[in-house]
Amino acid sequence: MTLKEVKIGQTATVVKINSTGPVKRRIMDMGITKGIEIFVRKVAPLGDPIEITVRGYELSIRKEDAALIDVK
Amino acid sequence: MSIKIALAGNPNCGKTTLFNVLTGSNQFVGNWPGVTVEKKEGKAKLNPEVTVTDLPGIYSLSPYTMEEVVARNYLIGERPDAIINLIDGTNLERNLYLTTQLVELGIPVIVAVNMMDLVKKNGDKIDVKELSKRLGCRVVEVSALKGEGIKELVDQAVKASKEDKTVPQHTFSGPVEHAIAHIEEAIVHDLPEEQQRWYAIKVFERDSNVLKKLKVKAETLAHVEQDIAKAEKEMDDDAESIVTNERYIYIAELIKACYKKKNKGQLTVSDKIDKIVTNRWLGLPIFAAVMFVVYYVAMVTVGAAATDWANDGLFGDGFHLFGIGSKEYNEAAEEFGEAAVVLDAFEYADPSEVPENTSVEYTLVDEETLDEEVVTFTKGDLVEATQTVDKYEGEEPDPANYGVWVPGVPVVVGNFLEKIGCNEVLSSLILDGIVAGVGAVLGFVPQMLVLFFMLAILESCGYMARIAFVMDRIFRKFGLSGKSFIPILVGTGCGIPGIMASRTIENDRDRRITIMTTTFIPCGAKIPFIAMVAGAIFNHSPFVSVSAYFIGMAAIIVSGIILKKTKLFAGDPAPFVMELPAYHWPKLSNVLRSTWERGWSFIKKAGTVILLSTIVIWFLTYFGFTAEGFRMLGEDEIDKSLLAFLGNLIAWIFSPLGWGNWQSAVASITGLVAKENIVGTMGILFSFDGGSAFHNLALAFTHASGFSFLLFNLLCAPCFAAIGAIKREMNNRKWTWIAIGYQTVFAYLVALIAYQFGSMFSGYGNVFGFIVAAVALAFGLYLLFRKNPNK
Repeated sequence: MTLKEVKIGQTATVVKINSTGPVKRRIMDMGITKGIEIFVRKVAPLGDPIEITVRGYELSIRKEDAALIDVK
Repeated sequence: MSIKIALAGNPNCGKTTLFNVLTGSNQFVGNWPGVTVEKKEGKAKLNPEVTVTDLPGIYSLSPYTMEEVVARNYLIGERPDAIINLIDGTNLERNLYLTTQLVELGIPVIVAVNMMDLVKKNGDKIDVKELSKRLGCRVVEVSALKGEGIKELVDQAVKASKEDKTVPQHTFSGPVEHAIAHIEEAIVHDLPEEQQRWYAIKVFERDSNVLKKLKVKAETLAHVEQDIAKAEKEMDDDAESIVTNERYIYIAELIKACYKKKNKGQLTVSDKIDKIVTNRWLGLPIFAAVMFVVYYVAMVTVGAAATDWANDGLFGDGFHLFGIGSKEYNEAAEEFGEAAVVLDAFEYADPSEVPENTSVEYTLVDEETLDEEVVTFTKGDLVEATQTVDKYEGEEPDPANYGVWVPGVPVVVGNFLEKIGCNEVLSSLILDGIVAGVGAVLGFVPQMLVLFFMLAILESCGYMARIAFVMDRIFRKFGLSGKSFIPILVGTGCGIPGIMASRTIENDRDRRITIMTTTFIPCGAKIPFIAMVAGAIFNHSPFVSVSAYFIGMAAIIVSGIILKKTKLFAGDPAPFVMELPAYHWPKLSNVLRSTWERGWSFIKKAGTVILLSTIVIWFLTYFGFTAEGFRMLGEDEIDKSLLAFLGNLIAWIFSPLGWGNWQSAVASITGLVAKENIVGTMGILFSFDGGSAFHNLALAFTHASGFSFLLFNLLCAPCFAAIGAIKREMNNRKWTWIAIGYQTVFAYLVALIAYQFGSMFSGYGNVFGFIVAAVALAFGLYLLFRKNPNK
C-alpha cells in the first residue's frame, strides 16, 4: 500500500520510499523516513494535495509524491 | 575585533523576528550573489562588534534547493565565527535535523530554542542542559516574539565564537563510519581538522557540489566508492538516505532524553482553526472571501485611493489636504463644466439673441475612450448655463479656493521653472521627462505598500501556505504555484504590484513563469484602450472587453503549459512537500518592516529602468525635424516627432497584423510608457481630414485588424514600470529579456493568427499570410500538446 491510498483519519507506518535523488532526499529531509508514523489529516478542497502529520507537524504533499511512499 | 555570526534555522521558526530583535533598524538588505534569495545583514544592538548574517530559512544542507546551496556556500566559504541555530521548541524533532548537520561544520554552534513561552504554556518540558550535553554545543532558551533571553544569547554567542569547538557527538552506524574514516584518510586529510568530518560525510553522500569543489581524482573516487557501495549493500539503502535516516534515529533518542510532552493528541488552537479554514467544503468559500478582502482593500478602496492620490494629486495637479473641500470643488467643477459645454455648443451666443425653440446638436467626446455621444441642447439649457457661468464670474473654479489645496509636484516645479525663466527645452525635460518619470516610479508605491501590507499579514499568520495548499491542484497544471493566484488577481488592477506579489512563491520555476504571464491579464490601464477599440471599431460590443479577460486568462494558461515544457525550465523536478506552519498572530513590526523593504526594493531596483525609459520616450516625442529644422515640438505636433519617424520605420512589422500604419505603431510605443497613453496618442494621430478620431479609427480598422491591434497591445511587453518590476523580481538581465521577448513574440503571433484567420473568413484574406498564420498556429499547438520532455 502507498501513502496515497491511506484513508483520511488513519495512521500508517513508512516502509520504503520508491524514488531517488532530489525527490527522495527532499521527502526524507522533511522527516518522512523508514518506520515513522504518518497520520493523514485531510485532503485539500479540490482533492489534491493531502495534509499529513509527521513528527508532530503538518505537511502538505501531492498525491503523486505520496504514491512513492510505501506504508503499512 | 568584529565577530561574524550566521543565523540559521528552518522556515517558520521565528528567524525573521529574532533577526529584527537582534539588529533593530541596523540592517542592510541585498541579494545573495546571482540568485533572487534575499540576504540580510545587521549589527547586533547589544554588541556592535557582532555582525549577524541572516541565512535563508532551510530544512537541510542538501545540494538541491537554491536556499540550501546559498546557506551552505556561505557557511563553508565565509566560515563565520559562530552559528546561531534557531529552533522552534514546539517542533523540536524536525528542527533538530538541521542542527545535526550544522554541528558537523566545525564552526561553533549555539542552539537557541525559540518559543519557550509556548512550550511552557503547553506544560511541556525541554531539558536544556541535557540537550546541550548531547549536542556538544551551547543551548539557550529564548522567545524572539517577547524579546526574552536575547542578551544571554548574544553573550553566549560571543563566548562560543572565542572559546568553543563544536564537535559532533553523534556517530553513524558501523559500516557508515568505516566508509567515512576511509574517505577522511583518502580525500580530505589536507583540509583543516575541524572541517574534515563535514566534507567526508558529503563525499559519502556523493554530494555533487562537494565532489566538484574537492576535485577528487577518479582513481581515489573509485576506491572510496567501493566503501560507500559496501555500506549501502549492508544497510540496504542509498548512501544519502542512510545518512538522513540515521540522523532522524539519533534525534528520536535526543527527544526521548530531553523532551517531556504533557498531553498527547489534544487539538491546539491552530489545529482547530485549520480544521475550518482548509475544510473540504468551507476551504474554497473562505479562500474566495480572503481574496475578496485583499483585492477590495488593496485594489479598490484604500489602494485605489492611494494610487489616485499619488498619480493625480502628488504627481498631478495637486490635492486637497485630507480631502477637505474636495467634494465642494468637484461639484462646482462639474456644474461649471456642464455649463461650459452648453455655451460652447451655442458658440457663446448671447441668450437674448437666440430665438425661442432653437436647439443645437453637439458631439461630446469621452477623453478616456474617444467615445462620442450626440446631445441636443435647447435655449432653456443655454439660459441656465449662462446663469451658472455668471455665478462663477466666467472663471473655471480654482481648486485652491476650496479647502486646503496642496499643489502637485509638477505644478510646483513648473511654477519654479517659470519664475527663474528656465529654458523651454530644459524645463520640458525636467517636467515631462524627469518629474513624469519619477512620478511613474513613485505613483505606484502607495498602492503597492497597501498590498504588501496585506500579503505580509497573510504570510506571517500562516494563511499563505494554505493558499498554495488549496489552489495547488489547478495551478500546477500550468507550471504555476497555488500562490500564483494572488499575482494574477492583483494583476487585474495593476500588473506592477501583481509582479511584485510573486515574491511569496518559493519555487524558482513557478515564480518565473508567474512573472512572465501575470501582465497578460488586462490591468486597469488597459481598460480605456480596450473600450476605445470596442467603441470605435466594434460598435460598442460588450463582448470585446469580456473577451479581453478570457484571452488574458487563456494566455496565462497556454503560456504556462508551453513554458514549463521548454528547455528554459528543464531541471530537477522539486517535489511539492510543504510545511503548513501553525497559525499565529502576525507581529505588526515585522509586517511593517517587510512591507517597507519590498516597497523600497521596487523604488531602488525598478526606478532606474522606469526613469530612463520615460526620458528616452520624452525626447522622441517632443523633438523632430520640421520645415524649420530640428526643434522642439508642441504637444499636438507628435506627427512630426522622432517617434513618428520611428513609427514609419517599423510600421511594416505590423503589416501582417493588419495595422501597418505609423500611427498605430507609435501608439503601441507610447503604450509602453503607460497603456492608457494608447488612447491619447490615437486621439491626436487619428484626428485628420476634419473627421473625429473615433470616426477615422472606424475607417482605418476592419474588425479583424482592430481585434489584432487589441490583442497585440493587450499581450505584448507591459509598460516600463511593469518591466522595471519584472527586472526587480527576476533579478537577472537574461531572464528579464526572456520575459519581455516571450511576451512580445507571443502577442505578435496571436495577433497574426487572429488577423489572418479573421480576414480570411471575412473574404479578403491573403493566401500567403494565411499559410504563415496556419503554420504559427500549428507550431503553437505542438508546443502546447507535446509530451513534456522535462519529465
